[in-house]
Amino acid sequence: MSLPLRVEALVKRFGPITAVDGITLDLQPGECLGLLGPNGAGKSTLIRSIVGRVVPDAGTVSVFGSAADSAGARTALGWVPQELALYPRLTCRENLESFGRYHGLAGSALEQAVAWCLDWAALLDRARELVKNLSGGMKRRLNMAAGMIHQPKLVLMDEPTVGVDPQSRNRIFEMIEKLHGEGMSIIYTTHYMEEAERLCDRIAIVDHGRIIALGAKEELVQRAFASRSEVQARFQSSLDHVHQWVERRGGRYVDGVAQFSIEHPTEIAGLLDDAANAGLELVDVSLRKPNLESVFLHLTGRELRD
Amino acid sequence: MIVAIVRTAMVSLRRDRGALALSFILPVVFFSIFAIIFGSRRNSTPKISVIVVDEDHSRASERLVKGLEQEGSLFVSTRPAPKKGVPQPEYTAASAEAAVKAGAAPVALIVPRGFGENPISFEGAGTGPPVQLLKDSSDMVASQMIAGLLQKVAMTSMPDVMAEVGSKYLDQYAGGFTPEQRKRIDSGLNQLRREESQSGGTGSGGGERNAGLISVKARDVVGENKDNPMVSFYAAAIGVMFLLFTASGAAGSLLDEAESGTLDRVLSSRVTMTTLLAGKLVFSSLLAFSQLVLMFVWAWTVFKLDFIAHIPGFVVMGLSTAFAVGAFGMLLASVCRTRAQLGALSTLVILIMSSIGGSMFPRFLMPEAVQKAGLLTINAWAIDGFTKVFWRDEPVSHLWPQVLVLLTVGAVLFAIARKLAQRWEYA
Repeated sequence: MSLPLRVEALVKRFGPITAVDGITLDLQPGECLGLLGPNGAGKSTLIRSIVGRVVPDAGTVSVFGSAADSAGARTALGWVPQELALYPRLTCRENLESFGRYHGLAGSALEQAVAWCLDWAALLDRARELVKNLSGGMKRRLNMAAGMIHQPKLVLMDEPTVGVDPQSRNRIFEMIEKLHGEGMSIIYTTHYMEEAERLCDRIAIVDHGRIIALGAKEELVQRAFASRSEVQARFQSSLDHVHQWVERRGGRYVDGVAQFSIEHPTEIAGLLDDAANAGLELVDVSLRKPNLESVFLHLTGRELRD
Repeated sequence: MIVAIVRTAMVSLRRDRGALALSFILPVVFFSIFAIIFGSRRNSTPKISVIVVDEDHSRASERLVKGLEQEGSLFVSTRPAPKKGVPQPEYTAASAEAAVKAGAAPVALIVPRGFGENPISFEGAGTGPPVQLLKDSSDMVASQMIAGLLQKVAMTSMPDVMAEVGSKYLDQYAGGFTPEQRKRIDSGLNQLRREESQSGGTGSGGGERNAGLISVKARDVVGENKDNPMVSFYAAAIGVMFLLFTASGAAGSLLDEAESGTLDRVLSSRVTMTTLLAGKLVFSSLLAFSQLVLMFVWAWTVFKLDFIAHIPGFVVMGLSTAFAVGAFGMLLASVCRTRAQLGALSTLVILIMSSIGGSMFPRFLMPEAVQKAGLLTINAWAIDGFTKVFWRDEPVSHLWPQVLVLLTVGAVLFAIARKLAQRWEYA
């Protein structure tokens, strides 16, 4: 049986900028794969290449064995774009009906699909509401539902939680978890580590158009840090002074926080003694297990939010 | 503080190219168009077409026709243009009337049999048969100009006839001439006739203008039974202009969808760009046609336009026009990058098209060059077609030139729009 998605050596350039630089990845049936990376990393271009909205300069994309942008791929793929791609002057139901018809649905099949989408997005009571009158969170949910109207086998979600409040975000997570639980294959792009950790079976860390790490969260952390922990400390001293000391100790200084990777918690004492000897005044210190943010920082030297 | 506000506004305006164009380019372009149409008329007065039928073939009638032919502001036709190189027979009264009805000329003059026996009169209505002036009253200027020029030509091309008639009046009312006076008058008249025959009967004028020397009987041959003759013209003229605005606005939804990302989502479904554009074109055309229906029904109910009798012609012209303006809207939308650009460009283009295409004032008032330029607009062809339907009462089969042009224009504009829309298809 063909994989839901296979991307091989995909390259896409926009003038001098290489947005996607030789990405290869496979998606297993029923898997939720996260594409985690900062803005401009190339996640959306990769998604648009899979949907067929971007023609790659090199490489191939196949969706259940069909080439991207083929009729087979269009039927199998659902796409939730980052933008609110809706008709604001139509109601929720009318939007879903329109997109359903664009996918060739009609009659009772269309009615059932619309009903399922409204229920899935918890918008049944808002079915007759004009989209322009909905809250931001509701629009996001409808935007997702519109991508599911033709009941695809693989869904691509491009930062579906952008600009929504925490409560709405939770609701969106529940929607995705429900889909995942039903065996849907999902590609989920985000620059929020927590989302990728919560929703995704595997995570591809994307930076400058390349996948720099791919695996389950634990694998990625293990690969980057093994059994090491992370110490974060803040000092009330001049920035230059702290920065010089952090570099000398082999750590990183990001947003006013000194970060060190240590093998054992007992190493903290030596670290703080050395800081005191260097004339730094400690404000607070914490020890934590490395997470995806730490992995990204470790691999790129930059924070995910940069 | 005020300076800061002005400065901010100026920078904003400078960066909004659409608003900038509307503020500075449109007024200059518009002024130039009006200046060309009305300001240069002293140098290039549009010639008025007139069909002349000489049923009399007398010396006086021939000199009158020749005088009209040599009148600089007239374009005189005595026979239709050759067909496939074959000269056509001279117009008759009937064929001249048919030609005016068909719009070949706004006026026809019929010089009747017996005209030469008593061509002019100083007493208003002459004793001879009057010259018939058959007119299309949609061109209010042409018939009045020709009526005046006819009197002028009578004076300048037939001075001997005027002198002869004048001497008869003097003889009759002053108690008669002495033989010596009669001899001198006859000698003078002979001299005038000799000069006229040598100069070809084109006197330079200079005599006292005296309207009514030639008896003229005017008759409307087009629109004579219309309750409100100009309503159909304005319904079409104004209608087409607003159709163009409506169509470009409707097509602008394409830009909204492109900006919001909806277009991408639509194109990721089974809908192709060609299907999408065709759907938008059908919508724009239906919207435009509905607008036309509303406008003409309003004209029918309020201004007594004879709509019911012309429904078949209206439907044919309405659908053709709606298709052309719909495609025009698609083209504008596919050329522009944003709604703001579309607003500025459509205002500029539509107002220019409407001014030279006859939506703002009739094209027959314009210089010939502008009239010809007007044929490059949808407005001109649509207005001509609606005029045929509502003004000339022509059958649907006579609408084929206008329908053909509008459908062809629509198809070509749509094809160009489809080509330009490729930029939305794939990145």
